[in-house]
Amino acid sequence: MPGKPGGPVAPDTTVPVTGWGRTAPTAARLIRPRTYQEAADAVRNCGARGGIARGLGRAYGDAAQNAGGAVLDMTALDRIHAIDADGGTVLCDAGVSLHRLMEVLLPLGWFVPVTPGTRQVTVGGAIGADIHGKNHHVSGSFSRHVLSFELLTADGHVRTVSRGTPLFDATVGGMGLTGVILTATVRLLPVETSYMSVDTERAADLDDLLTRLTETDHRYRYSVAWIDLLARGPATGRAVLTRGDHAPLEALGPRTRAGRAPLAFRPRSLPPAPDLVPGGLLGRTTVGLFNELWYRKAPRASTGRLQRVSAFFHPLDGVPHWNRVYGRAGFVQYQFAVGHGQEDTLRRIVARISERRCPSFLAVLKRFGDADPGWLSFPVPGWTLALDIPAALPGLAALLDELDEEVAAAGGRVYLAKDSRLRPELLTAMYPRLAEFRALRAELDPHGVFVSDLSRRLGL
Amino acid sequence: MKDAFGMPQSLLVLGGTSEIALATARRLIARRTRTVWLAGRPSPALEQAAAHLRTLGPDVHTLPFDALDPESHEAVLGKVFAEGDVDVVLLAFGVLGDQATDEREPVNAVRVAQTNYTGAVSAGLVSARALQAQGHGSLVVLSSVAGERARRSNFIYGSSKAGLDAFAQGLGDALHGTGVHVMVVRPGFVRSRMTEGLEEAPLATTPEAVATAIETGLRRRSEMVWVPGALRVVMSALRHAPRSVFRRLPI
Repeated sequence: MPGKPGGPVAPDTTVPVTGWGRTAPTAARLIRPRTYQEAADAVRNCGARGGIARGLGRAYGDAAQNAGGAVLDMTALDRIHAIDADGGTVLCDAGVSLHRLMEVLLPLGWFVPVTPGTRQVTVGGAIGADIHGKNHHVSGSFSRHVLSFELLTADGHVRTVSRGTPLFDATVGGMGLTGVILTATVRLLPVETSYMSVDTERAADLDDLLTRLTETDHRYRYSVAWIDLLARGPATGRAVLTRGDHAPLEALGPRTRAGRAPLAFRPRSLPPAPDLVPGGLLGRTTVGLFNELWYRKAPRASTGRLQRVSAFFHPLDGVPHWNRVYGRAGFVQYQFAVGHGQEDTLRRIVARISERRCPSFLAVLKRFGDADPGWLSFPVPGWTLALDIPAALPGLAALLDELDEEVAAAGGRVYLAKDSRLRPELLTAMYPRLAEFRALRAELDPHGVFVSDLSRRLGL
Repeated sequence: MKDAFGMPQSLLVLGGTSEIALATARRLIARRTRTVWLAGRPSPALEQAAAHLRTLGPDVHTLPFDALDPESHEAVLGKVFAEGDVDVVLLAFGVLGDQATDEREPVNAVRVAQTNYTGAVSAGLVSARALQAQGHGSLVVLSSVAGERARRSNFIYGSSKAGLDAFAQGLGDALHGTGVHVMVVRPGFVRSRMTEGLEEAPLATTPEAVATAIETGLRRRSEMVWVPGALRVVMSALRHAPRSVFRRLPI
């Protein structure tokens, strides 16, 4: 079984490790440091094939794998050191998950500044991948809210890294290749309740969707569109928009359950997906049916519906191990971004995916706001589309290569935290600051201590 | 590194003039392969094969490798792995021999066995250790349906492939969970230089078809690949045929 770190593992156990997509397993020594000293020792002694930090393993591809080397499972370093409940900042270990932060912070009236589609990511991972969420068009990516962090570098020393320095900009989005993040200070968002006030509407096709997003996105803090990539013809790109903001206290009503405990955090969970799911369960028929129902069940237009934060942001966290539904072959997530003015590229790509009948039921389109300064940070102002596809789909590798070419030609890029198959030659076109990143790494880590399968595959 | 679809960036071919291996190399180069090592006995054919692959874009190196000299394998293959990771090792060397002659000349028969079996045991173990040290990679072993049940008409070759096949399966089990994947490929009759002039068997296939099956097998991380797939059923029936019947079959 491709390994899932997290349990009690004896030191120096060699185990197969994969990303969330469960493709391309490779074996590594899994080390679970319990103190900063243990982490520093592990970095000093990680051997010829180097080491890489790993959080909760939610990167889809091979970013937190290191074949033949060491993988540092950081989830045992999970202390929250200090919360400034007046100023709204938290100082915590890199292994603390966003789930844990929500558990602790929501009752105090604070929320994480940025959350992706899952709470099961660590603060270290959030910085390393410079994650974004439904509020990117307003709040930018995670790094915008990081005030400073402590970084364990290749020489075994711990450096305090502040905003505006080259090491800060190389590390945010740097996929763990500049060092191991030990702690971080993060600015928080004040909220009155743990509920969301959500507006839902349907878009009949892609143009309708882009128009609605362009014209009214600024009214909402959070915005995302689920898009039906199996719809064809005039319905190509039909979508359901869900947008909203944190509900104010008066929206709950004093006599309701929500009103009595406005800041309660009670995520619900179903039983985990079974481990042995036959491959091909998610074919065109099943996914097509799902997409049809999902589109039809969405209200044409509704406003002000109350939803828990977990239901609004992290519906998939309700099914632990949902990645198993793709069977043994696993799945690939493809996420790219193109700038404003490249809508034609977006249209062509959506049309190609829907013509090829890729069975994707988790496709989302989002409008990005301003970029942040991370050198390998993914978001660029414009559009991003993310979709899951079973890895066993015949012809998928060639199709995605063609889409890469379109994306690169339009000056766009694919997201490294999700990548498991990009052609390395395209990387410099997609990330123009890669040369600076490489130069900084060469200086900071001349012996190549920090290595991952991703960095080997793409020559980062 | 291999990507999510099992496509390698570097390939080491043992038996660098094998038509199946070269067809496989061409397919993999069309995907992600940028470095190819062709190992074989030094010959113009080996250099030509390398020159042809170079026209497709990748860095292609040749290196002298002799299956019949197992003492040298450690040093020869060690040099390749010292240059960088090898994502796929394709063990493709083998000789067919001439059954009629070899039955009369036991020394010839032993050469077939030594090339196909003991040479592969040595090269397979050396490669496996190197792959295990790098924590990833696939070892693709070209076996044959002839090894599934030895036939009267070519049991010398068949028995050598039977040994190779059993060895490779066992090695695959030994390496399970180490990040290294062993795939046994069992082609039927392949139209190539090796079989030139021989009478074609039913379900005959081509080096290109075997290459396609290898690409698919890498994507699926298969442990056993039959080419064509229908042979799996046919051979299962033949394997269970009573000896007295099997002996009389015109195969």
